[in-house]
Amino acid sequence: MPERPLRILIAKPGLDGHDRGAKVIARALRDAGMEVIYTGLRQTPEMIVEAAIQEDVDAVGLSILTGAHMTLVPRVISLLKEQGAEAVAVFVGGIIPEQDVTQLLEIGVRGVFGPGTRTNDVVAFLRQTLRAPEP
Amino acid sequence: MDQLLQDALSGHRRALARLISIVEEGNAQAQEAIALLYPRTGRAHAVGITGPPGSGKSTLVAELALEYRHRDLTVGIVAVDPTSAFSGGALLGDRVRMRALSGDPGIFVRSMASRGSLGGLARGTADAVRALDACGYQRVLVETVGAGQIELDVARTAHTIVVVQVPGMGDEIQALKAGILEIADILVVNKADRPGADRTVATLRAMLDPVRDRGWRPPVVKTIATNGVGTAQVVDAIERHVAYLHESDEIRKQERACIAREFRDILRVELFQRWLADVGEDEIEQTIDRLVARQTDPYTAARELLK
Repeated sequence: MPERPLRILIAKPGLDGHDRGAKVIARALRDAGMEVIYTGLRQTPEMIVEAAIQEDVDAVGLSILTGAHMTLVPRVISLLKEQGAEAVAVFVGGIIPEQDVTQLLEIGVRGVFGPGTRTNDVVAFLRQTLRAPEP
Repeated sequence: MDQLLQDALSGHRRALARLISIVEEGNAQAQEAIALLYPRTGRAHAVGITGPPGSGKSTLVAELALEYRHRDLTVGIVAVDPTSAFSGGALLGDRVRMRALSGDPGIFVRSMASRGSLGGLARGTADAVRALDACGYQRVLVETVGAGQIELDVARTAHTIVVVQVPGMGDEIQALKAGILEIADILVVNKADRPGADRTVATLRAMLDPVRDRGWRPPVVKTIATNGVGTAQVVDAIERHVAYLHESDEIRKQERACIAREFRDILRVELFQRWLADVGEDEIEQTIDRLVARQTDPYTAARELLK
């Protein structure tokens, strides 16, 4: 029996209206055999975590181009923990200054992907980071 | 498993989500879960919502859910999108239209990929509906893209089928698969602010007349889902159908037919797997080689293998 496909939530928190990058990643993950739940724009951290829980995802990808990452990402991570979903891997894409990357990794983000990221890198990262779910 | 089930039944959303993932897989663990869930099912009313891409189904489903919440009913939503035959992955985007539903503990939204083969949709979706049913959601809305076989699969899992169309389908309606009209319990013409809406309604009504006699005449309802126009009437129609099914006892017949169909499918699969385990793939492959070489025909070959 084939392995269960990985389920990944791709979300755009905050007021960011640029979703091309998120959609490119979403399609690439689909082409790599993953089930991608795309939430659309203007998601609050609460909405993202609610979706992550209902969809029983393996990872959440946050796409942020507005610089609001240091507020939004920690909130998502703490809400996930609050709801017993700390096993969900969080990764971030968009415009993230070098100095913030370390901090993000310290609070539990598993990967940060800036502009120029190749979709293959995200696919490989997810496959490595997420154990294949047990049958 | 027992703990997971107890948690799900007592309202833990994460546990319910996990349960849905388990039953979706259709393996031994899934079957164990279904065995525990099954006795608690049979209360929820499942509504299938199907129609072509671009007909506004997701928006409509979201509005129906909101209307149901105004009527104090809890709602589960299963939004199904096709798995790519090429990659095995899927892009599940129906949640995009459901922002207004967030934060409401009386609504549970789950996106599902069809995960392939014929019957795969029916089984995974049907079991997800069961999980929501067992956990007390009173109405379960199942949204799928109308594309032939999938519509029929939806029909197998739902008590009430809503088929969504949009105006301007014109001649395409004439060529519309009779299957859709035969399974529809309610027809919705969405985006009814577009030109041609009344003509579409009239055409659908005309096409429905000869098709159905029984006790239920499918109503045709106009909606503009993006601003909630007409959605209360759709819910009214669904609830009238619920009442009709119970009063006429159709619901029992329908349920029996549905359960019978599913059970026979499962028996077929089980039987085949056991037989295959005895016979072995090699013998099958060799037979197929002989078929390719035209040394025998499929029916004769099958009969011989089964001796």
